[in-house]
Amino acid sequence: MAKQLPDVGSSGAVPPPRRSRIVLADITRQDTRAERTRAELAQQTQVGEALVRGLVRAQLALALRLSLVVAIGLGGLPWLFAIAPSLGRTTVVGVNLPWLLLGVASFPFLIAVGWAYVRLAERNEQDFTDLVQRPER
Amino acid sequence: MGNDFVVPAIVAVTLVTVGIGFYGLRLARTTSDFLVASRAISPTWNAAAIGGEYLSAASFLGIAGLVLKYGVDVLWYPVGFAAGYLALLLFVAAPLRRSGAFTLPDFCELRLGSRRLRILATAFVIFIGWLYLVPQLQGAGLTLATVAGSPYPLGALLVASVVTANVALGGMRAITFVQAFQYWLKLTALAVPVIFLALQWQADGRPAVTPPDGPTFRAATTVVVEHRATLTLPDGDIREVRPGDELTFAAGDPVPDVSGVATDANDWLLPSAAGDDDRGLFATYSLILATFLGTMGLPHVLVRFYTNPDGASARRTTLVVLALVGAFYLLPTLYGVLGRIYTPQLLLSGQTDAVVVLLPEAALGDGLAGRLLAALVAAGAFAAFLSTSSGLLTSVAGVISTDVLGRGSVRGFRLATVIAGGVPAVLSLHVSGLDVSQVVGLAFAVAASSFCPLLVLGIWWRGLTDVGATAGVVVGGGAAIGAVLVTVLGPPLSGWPATLIAQPAAWTVPLAFTVMVAVSMATRRRAPADVAATMLRLHTPEALRM
Repeated sequence: MAKQLPDVGSSGAVPPPRRSRIVLADITRQDTRAERTRAELAQQTQVGEALVRGLVRAQLALALRLSLVVAIGLGGLPWLFAIAPSLGRTTVVGVNLPWLLLGVASFPFLIAVGWAYVRLAERNEQDFTDLVQRPER
Repeated sequence: MGNDFVVPAIVAVTLVTVGIGFYGLRLARTTSDFLVASRAISPTWNAAAIGGEYLSAASFLGIAGLVLKYGVDVLWYPVGFAAGYLALLLFVAAPLRRSGAFTLPDFCELRLGSRRLRILATAFVIFIGWLYLVPQLQGAGLTLATVAGSPYPLGALLVASVVTANVALGGMRAITFVQAFQYWLKLTALAVPVIFLALQWQADGRPAVTPPDGPTFRAATTVVVEHRATLTLPDGDIREVRPGDELTFAAGDPVPDVSGVATDANDWLLPSAAGDDDRGLFATYSLILATFLGTMGLPHVLVRFYTNPDGASARRTTLVVLALVGAFYLLPTLYGVLGRIYTPQLLLSGQTDAVVVLLPEAALGDGLAGRLLAALVAAGAFAAFLSTSSGLLTSVAGVISTDVLGRGSVRGFRLATVIAGGVPAVLSLHVSGLDVSQVVGLAFAVAASSFCPLLVLGIWWRGLTDVGATAGVVVGGGAAIGAVLVTVLGPPLSGWPATLIAQPAAWTVPLAFTVMVAVSMATRRRAPADVAATMLRLHTPEALRM
């Protein structure tokens, strides 16, 4: 490969592992425009910089949105029980509501949010990869 | 106690652990094997290993004990312990793996290029690791004393030496297999007895967990008091008890009120904020903040991420861990609730952490089923001590060998392991009266007030500077450590100061974030020149092969 990759990562006491990858066949298939975008990323031109900023912003916005869902869904409970004590006395199938919400329902809720995050974050990354590899779109 | 299955079960768990350790030793050849298991562990194995490592004595024994003692308020512990993995997944998992940092000090140096910050982070990793290790060893001593009648120091020292030898010999690769095995053992050890316990509860005519007159003794019971307490007897008499006192109750006698314990049905059943106490609400939110944000700063959790092949698999692993951990946490609550019916004497003796290991025999009697299940639970508890201690020890030893001893060799790692295991072993002999879960909660608070802001801001904000990061860790983490020291060593407090010190996260976490951001803004010029390259590296998907 002719392009120059800059050294990403400062040198520490434990040097980060350099991944050496030998690419023989599929280099010819990549069109030159995609190569140029990748080089722009690697060399941190303004275009590349803007691309990365966009990705970071999208991922952070996603993480913050989902934390807000959890903050309201779970974090609201103590407050809710405080302002509406009768809610704590409500029983469902013989068990008080706080016990059911905290002891049982909270875990599937957390897993569902995590699952949604993994899907959406991977989609963001896929969009970014597509953008870099097919910049004409 | 006359259960002749318990000791063989514990011996078996220990032998299997050592056996897998030795098997791993044959596989482990290089330093990479030792420190990061050659970065070649699949997400399923890795997730089981992380789960096995994470579900500590505080989870296995402590939560059930807390539920028995305090009721619904403490359900925030298991919820928070699980939600910590969600916070980790959302903000840290993939970028941290892509950074290529093995430990938190590595990450500091990589992102901010500061040696001083690295040293500070090293000190915090060691402090948090030891703060977390001591209650594990303490729990081991307590469990052995309860089920096998051995003296307390024996159990603590036994776990400390087995774990130290195993980690020193086998390193990370061996430990990964041990811990994955131990996750499934722990789940089984709680899940199988719970089925029998539930059936027994049905057979007993579903006795109410919260009878209107408070809990009663189901059988004639003699209680040996472990901690000083004030009892209010049913006839209204007040009596001071001290350790060693023996109290005898007949079947059907009500359990006396114990100071500091929710014996009143309403206190136990309802969230504390349902009353008119602001402090209860504050403590609840503080606990939520500490557990949600503390997980990402625990040294043994972070080290694990480097055993993933890449960022995308780190994310998937975290999701699987969340599911495994969530499934586990459904169980301890049931033990705490059933303990209310079958082992109310623990409220008096103060040994609430023992409820999980005592419950099978208390409910099912000491027939064959009861004894076998008790042995299974004891084996699970022992697995909890072994696996969490192994993980903590591996991470503390990794940091000591690279940052304190200054050599990354296998021999250095082994020497570091002995140091890292010896100190908490000695400490655990001197503190035996602390609530296991409370100490672990404090470790979470320290992690949430030091490493959480450092990681979150380091990964997502370009403006972080080395001076800002250092200031935030010193102020926020320092405040949390101060609270820990006052709790463990200081005089008893009451009112608001007691609440602020016992659950410090609600003020120390915002403090750490504020200081870190403010000082970074003031020292804007010190932002590292290569921040754009670091951001590229942290966030670019693997598919691009940058």
